[in-house]
Amino acid sequence: MTAPPLLVRDLQAGYAERTILDGLTLAVPPGQITAIVGANACGKSTLLRCIARLLAPARGQVLLDGKEIHRMAPRALARRMGLLPQAPVAPEGIAVADLVGRGRYPHHGLLSRWSRQDTEAVAAALQATGTADLAERAVDELSGGQRQRVWIAMALAQETELLLLDEPTTFLDIAHQVEVLDLLTDLNHSRGTTIVMVLHDLNLAARYADHLVALAGGRLYAQGRPEEVLTAETVKAVFGLDCRVVTDPTSGQPMMLPLGRHRMQASA
Amino acid sequence: MTAALANRIVAAGRARARRRTRIALGLGALLCAGVALVLISGPTLTPPLDVLRVLAGGDVPGASFAVRELRLPRAVLAVLAGMSFGLGGAAFQTMLRNPLASPDIVGITAGGSAAAVFAIVVLGWRGPEVSVFALAMGLAVALAIYLLSWRNGVAGARLILIGIAISAMLDSAIAYILSIAPAWPLQEAMRWLAGSLNGVQLAESGPLLAALVVFGGLLLALSRDLEALRLGDDKAAALGVRLGRTRLLVTLAAVGLIAVATSVTGPIAFVAFLSGPIAARLAGPDRSVLIPAALVGAGLVLAGDFAGQSLLPSRYPVGVVTGVLGAPYLLYLIIRVNRGGGSM
Ligand SMILES: Nc1ncnc2c1ncn2[C@@H]1O[C@H](COP(=O)(O)OP(=O)(O)O)[C@@H](O)[C@H]1O
Ligand SMILES: [Mg+2]
Repeated sequence: MTAPPLLVRDLQAGYAERTILDGLTLAVPPGQITAIVGANACGKSTLLRCIARLLAPARGQVLLDGKEIHRMAPRALARRMGLLPQAPVAPEGIAVADLVGRGRYPHHGLLSRWSRQDTEAVAAALQATGTADLAERAVDELSGGQRQRVWIAMALAQETELLLLDEPTTFLDIAHQVEVLDLLTDLNHSRGTTIVMVLHDLNLAARYADHLVALAGGRLYAQGRPEEVLTAETVKAVFGLDCRVVTDPTSGQPMMLPLGRHRMQASA
Repeated sequence: MTAALANRIVAAGRARARRRTRIALGLGALLCAGVALVLISGPTLTPPLDVLRVLAGGDVPGASFAVRELRLPRAVLAVLAGMSFGLGGAAFQTMLRNPLASPDIVGITAGGSAAAVFAIVVLGWRGPEVSVFALAMGLAVALAIYLLSWRNGVAGARLILIGIAISAMLDSAIAYILSIAPAWPLQEAMRWLAGSLNGVQLAESGPLLAALVVFGGLLLALSRDLEALRLGDDKAAALGVRLGRTRLLVTLAAVGLIAVATSVTGPIAFVAFLSGPIAARLAGPDRSVLIPAALVGAGLVLAGDFAGQSLLPSRYPVGVVTGVLGAPYLLYLIIRVNRGGGSM
């Protein structure tokens, strides 16, 4: 599967009269993992919603294979691009396999019937996310980490080349955060899925992303390889935080250590 | 490994489908039994064979009139109106992911009623024009609520609060119009408002049946999109659902169903509101509840009318009986909403 080039060009978007994103241009590298970071309310979710065509831009375009996504048929786009929003809702009492099966929506029209191919896509998604044993369980009864894996399985069953995720690790403890990011990396490696995700943890973003995008005030502040982007200067500009950047001894990626006003050693 | 898992998924899906079919058939059988009961019972019981003979067109002295002119129209209209209320209510509740989002709670029914009362009392209208006007106003109120609650998309909770407020305003408008009405139109307006099957005729089932076929069919065709909407608006849109178009068509179909049924029977309290949740309890909430909700709605109207006519010490219109059933559930939901900090 070769991933299509996704291009955001001169994007301006917002809500009502309020402009949130202003003149944002961004190329998402195909087949790689891109992480979007930035302070609260800087427009990360807004950007993701524009890319997923949930929000129409006031100016500029989002191009998939050179085609403007707002001109594509919704289901045709949904066969190529999946989204895991920040707060999806599981219908009460729904079983895991049933929820995952709903990812097949864009592959069906009014008259087409559920096929063996659909079942196989669901089975593969359950297996890839390690949720096969949960298939018959009700989603309401699962733990946060399990539930997040089920939502990812649903996005996988959609069989898209591109997967967008809005803060997929929020509300998870650190072990489950790492588990979810490892899982996404597996998918990127095994299926070649292009992944674009908003992450709030800078260090995890730098560790797992091939491409790091830093937003500040609705504009692109920096993008590139994590070691290019995650610098003390970026952190100061984007979060208004003093920090030291060191090399993470476990991954070799950059790692940020915040400098607060207390509990600092003189040498820091 | 994958094949075994795939087989498990298929088997679980089949088991779910079988269970749903069983429940739908069970509800259907109950409904048929209810209709049979209504047809044989009256001040005097009619033997079932006589009822069959009358239905087949025969003449049975002492039974023909009661069965053909009184009980049959009552039963048929109860079923058709109940189905319309059940379908319309469940479609709204599913679309907005909230049991309070039923047309009879958020003011759409009240809009139709206010329009009908205004037409009868102030404009002096009668007959089908009243119904058409009520339908138009029901749609207008739905649109107004929708626009008022629009802020970068419609949030369920805001729509419901605005709907309840509009419902209260319309109710007081109805009370005002009734208070200034002269005797005759007052009676007619009260008859419209009561929600009753008194004096219905078989000929009135035509528009109801047509509405069920057109609007009910539309809702069933949209049930896949409605199910996707249950995952949240963003997730649904990301799956390729056209949100605006789906919402518009569902609203149109649901309001159409409710308004046409209301024009025949008056607003039968809480049937739209109760059918979906009861159907979800019976058939499981994990799949579309439209069909079981239609059956439950029919059962509620039929049973409520039967209770009001035959079981209670004095006669009550069906709307009074369903109102008594629905009010505690509404209170329960509102209390739960308050406790849950508005999450509904
Ligand atoms: N539906 C909405 N309506 C109005 N304003 C919104 C909406 N969603 C987000 N905003 C505003 O847009 C700004 C950017 O939000 P968002 O993109 O969600 O930020 P974040 O970077 O935290 O994901 C915030 O100020 C937020 O208040
Ligand atoms: Mg966000």
